[in-house]
Amino acid sequence: MPGMTMAEKILARASGNETVRPGQIVDGHVDLLYMHEMLALAIKPFEEIGVGKVWDPEKCVVTVDHWVPPPNEQFARMHQAIREFCWAQGIARFHDVGDHGIIHQLVVERGYVHPWELVIGSDSHTNMAGAMGAFAAGIGVTETAAVMATGKLWLKVPETLNVSVEGRLAKRTGAKDVILKVIQTTGDDGAAYKSVEFRGSTIKGFPMNERFVLSNMTTEMGAKAGMLPADGTTKAYLEEAGAGPAYRAIDGDPDAAYLKAYDLDVDGMGPQVACPNNPANVKPIEDVLGTKIDMAFVGSCTNARIQDLRATAEILKDEKVAPRVRMIVTPASQAIYRQAIKEGLAQVFLDAGATFTSSTCGPCFGGHMGVLAPKEVCISSTNRNYPGRMGSPESQVYLGSPYTVAASALYGAITDPRSV
Amino acid sequence: MTVQTRYRGHAWLFGDDISTDHIIAGRHLGSMDPKALAEHAMEAVDSQFSKKVRPGDLIVAASNFGCGSSREQAVVALRGAGISCIIANTFARIFYRNAINIGFPVVECPGLHSRVKAGDPIEVDLDAGHVVLASGETVRFEPFPPNLMEILRAGGLVPKLRAELAAKRA
Repeated sequence: MPGMTMAEKILARASGNETVRPGQIVDGHVDLLYMHEMLALAIKPFEEIGVGKVWDPEKCVVTVDHWVPPPNEQFARMHQAIREFCWAQGIARFHDVGDHGIIHQLVVERGYVHPWELVIGSDSHTNMAGAMGAFAAGIGVTETAAVMATGKLWLKVPETLNVSVEGRLAKRTGAKDVILKVIQTTGDDGAAYKSVEFRGSTIKGFPMNERFVLSNMTTEMGAKAGMLPADGTTKAYLEEAGAGPAYRAIDGDPDAAYLKAYDLDVDGMGPQVACPNNPANVKPIEDVLGTKIDMAFVGSCTNARIQDLRATAEILKDEKVAPRVRMIVTPASQAIYRQAIKEGLAQVFLDAGATFTSSTCGPCFGGHMGVLAPKEVCISSTNRNYPGRMGSPESQVYLGSPYTVAASALYGAITDPRSV
Repeated sequence: MTVQTRYRGHAWLFGDDISTDHIIAGRHLGSMDPKALAEHAMEAVDSQFSKKVRPGDLIVAASNFGCGSSREQAVVALRGAGISCIIANTFARIFYRNAINIGFPVVECPGLHSRVKAGDPIEVDLDAGHVVLASGETVRFEPFPPNLMEILRAGGLVPKLRAELAAKRA
């Protein structure tokens, strides 16, 4: 019997099969369903299905992240509906405003995601949880309602791409630069309907915060899931999050069938930037140096963990954001917000003239707390730059690492963080 | 329940990588109301789309239509605007699932995009598994797998689950 990829192993387990093969359609039993504001829109279809109670409230996690705190009454009503639903359904892991975080960050830092699990989230960047050795995929509102009612989701077993990365990166270059390079290589639909697995010595050496960036942006390759083998680094992270006993190693079998292998040599590679208007439109930073910016944003589920904030502060310390440039720093969770204040990072941001906000997805999707006007240009540590992503359809977004964003904020133009 | 499986209308032509940000911007996501969303459909591509689109029109797109966010409002906005069916070389996976789940037909027909001109009258027949072009020529596509056809025939995932639950209780 030939071996299985990580996706095949997890979907076999979740569907009660000994083995599964790509193309097979299975009913997966969901181990964790997590939801943000889209839950408010899923309540009506859930009620229409008519089961009354959520299949297993202990397998649900809910927070609010897109519109926190609510910017107007419409969103306040959404939050109210979510609150009342969670209380009525007995969903204990409901993290309301103040205890919230961007859901992908919240579920990993609280130890809710474990290797071997089938994790489903009401957001496209659910792929991020796959860095824990889980199969994690995003769904829309109607399916969220269906999973709440049945605990199951039909899934076509995907083919798997094997992305192997070797080499030592240049200074102030990390997982964001690597994943942008990967997306450039595959295109923004290069992994459509597929699962992506990351391995190689560069990946193996990344701490969890960097691994999350990789799985997170497999969404921008069109992937159904993006996964990393669970190893000692995963185990230590789970222990820190208070979920040590949930650790189980997982990796693809050596004789598993991969649709395609990408071998990337990143030895000496420097920062990469995705240019407007597609995350696959990636160039080495040398090609875009000096591009004028109006706003610099460090935030989102992709790159706003404590290590990202430390990198930002390392550049901003004792410096000032350039005149005519606004900088916004938004942590990925309230836990990170507290930590940043404790470590003195908040002081560095404020002294540099940046705005330091509580946790929200807000600016990343053009929602609130830092939306772009027509003709404005932003350099951002986020994940997408399609037209209008961060505000006006006439605005432009460049994507880079927190180092690159911070360095660019100091000079008012795209700047190589190795040169500051 | 009888659901429509044939669609005739004029084609709107879009290229590769039309993202959910193109289809409906983040600032409009507070609602699922088809009419309200339709007013802003495709704003980032063609600011006049919602005014010019006619009920029954179809979209013919190139690759990776609906990439990006999981926002189901992207499908709701296009259906609300009067679009009856979307045909693309390929779709992004969540957009595709979202469409089927609300009983909205999305058809993968690689290569069709290059054979259609904007405004062409075309016809899609889900049961026959083909598209009839303005020239009268027929282009076949891979029929839906049975599990998806079941959802479409039920009018979406919610009516399907509701019927299954009722049958179980009866």
